[in-house]
Amino acid sequence: MAAERGMAAEALVGQVVLPGDLLLLPAHYDEDAEGERLRLSAGTAPQGRLLCGPGLRRSGAGLLVTKCGLLRHRPGGGGAYWVDSQQKRYVPVKGDHVIGIVTAKAGDVFRLDVGGSEPASLSYLAFEGATKRNRPNVQVGDLIYGQFVVANKDMEPEMVCIDSSGKSSGMGIIGQDGFLFKVSLGLIRKLLAPKCEIIQELSQLYPFEMVLGMNGRIWVKAKTVQQTLIVVNILEACEHMTAQQRKQALAKLSGN
Amino acid sequence: SMCPGDTSVLAGLYGPAEAKISKELPDRAALEVLLRPKVGLPGVLERSREQLLRQTCEAVLLGVLHPRTAISLVLQVLSDAGSLLSCCLNAACMALLDAGLPLAALFCGVTCALQPDGTILLDPTARQEQEARAILTFAIASSDRKVLMATTKGSCSVEEMQQCLAAAQRAASTIFQFYRDSVRRRYSKS
Repeated sequence: MAAERGMAAEALVGQVVLPGDLLLLPAHYDEDAEGERLRLSAGTAPQGRLLCGPGLRRSGAGLLVTKCGLLRHRPGGGGAYWVDSQQKRYVPVKGDHVIGIVTAKAGDVFRLDVGGSEPASLSYLAFEGATKRNRPNVQVGDLIYGQFVVANKDMEPEMVCIDSSGKSSGMGIIGQDGFLFKVSLGLIRKLLAPKCEIIQELSQLYPFEMVLGMNGRIWVKAKTVQQTLIVVNILEACEHMTAQQRKQALAKLSGN
Repeated sequence: SMCPGDTSVLAGLYGPAEAKISKELPDRAALEVLLRPKVGLPGVLERSREQLLRQTCEAVLLGVLHPRTAISLVLQVLSDAGSLLSCCLNAACMALLDAGLPLAALFCGVTCALQPDGTILLDPTARQEQEARAILTFAIASSDRKVLMATTKGSCSVEEMQQCLAAAQRAASTIFQFYRDSVRRRYSKS
């Protein structure tokens, strides 16, 4: 497949790419992190740096694909390329909001299981309004919704439940009852997209509360146990159903 | 699971997960391969095949992105009708691809049987393997068709090995096209 050795990145946007494919970037992205280039033509070439997202690595003149999936492109602000891949295993990334399960309390720090290769740590002071005298009431087995403040391959991941201004903005201990289950990461990204149809259709069925963690975990709570389980089953099945089948399933349920 | 003819192997990949302190490597992921035969306990032949598979996978896996983790690949032989090692190689590559681990390239396995009269047969059946003078298995990478692993059972001359290698490299293109089509079908459903 000599042709795959260097295909233009723009030609492959929206198509399936495999590891080992080399993507060539158009000439105006060519190496120049520091200077500004004088452009003689009045082209619409974007200024700024190109962002190389998940699934891609810089290699020589272009980008090397490292995961299989669909190639996506965002043209704004210098442009960004990334690969949309389906995965079940979570790898911690800084800034991601995740649901963690408290597994141990070690002195001033809680150990949380976030589904990655290592347990994450969460300091007891990283909650809104927590001081040394006013400790948060966290027990082993509690669910916590927080974000990663340190997450790279070399260090143990650290989480906090406050944002940069000190407010909790929805993070913290998740309340009693409800149901926690795991889905694939691709479904979570679909559900988090603005104006997701699945959530709108489900909310017309029953009112419920939902917390989505980027590590593939979803917590759902509806008025009764039965309604909760129905919502859970629909969300789990959504991965493999087309929109048509989903509408049929919901119509059958709301008819009952 | 991969099925050329009647040989079929089921592959499962787990990771990157927490590694035991005794097994973790400080700068890269520790890959472990377990090959389970259809009947009986794994023996020396399975162990040597596991090492071949492990070395091939480590050549393409970007383990430096996940230091101090463990990645386990478990292969279960469902039926064996010849060309088992190349079937395991293909199953391992598809498992790595499906799990979303970062890879530098793809690889595939091709088996060549050298008949006593000098003709080359690709993907031989068990019967053809027994009658052959030599059986060569190659693992070929998708970038420039480089050879990642070569193992021979029997005896052959250097020229014959070169010819088998050339035939295997041509056959590899078909397998890579199959990978591409499978992935396309998977992503067309979402």
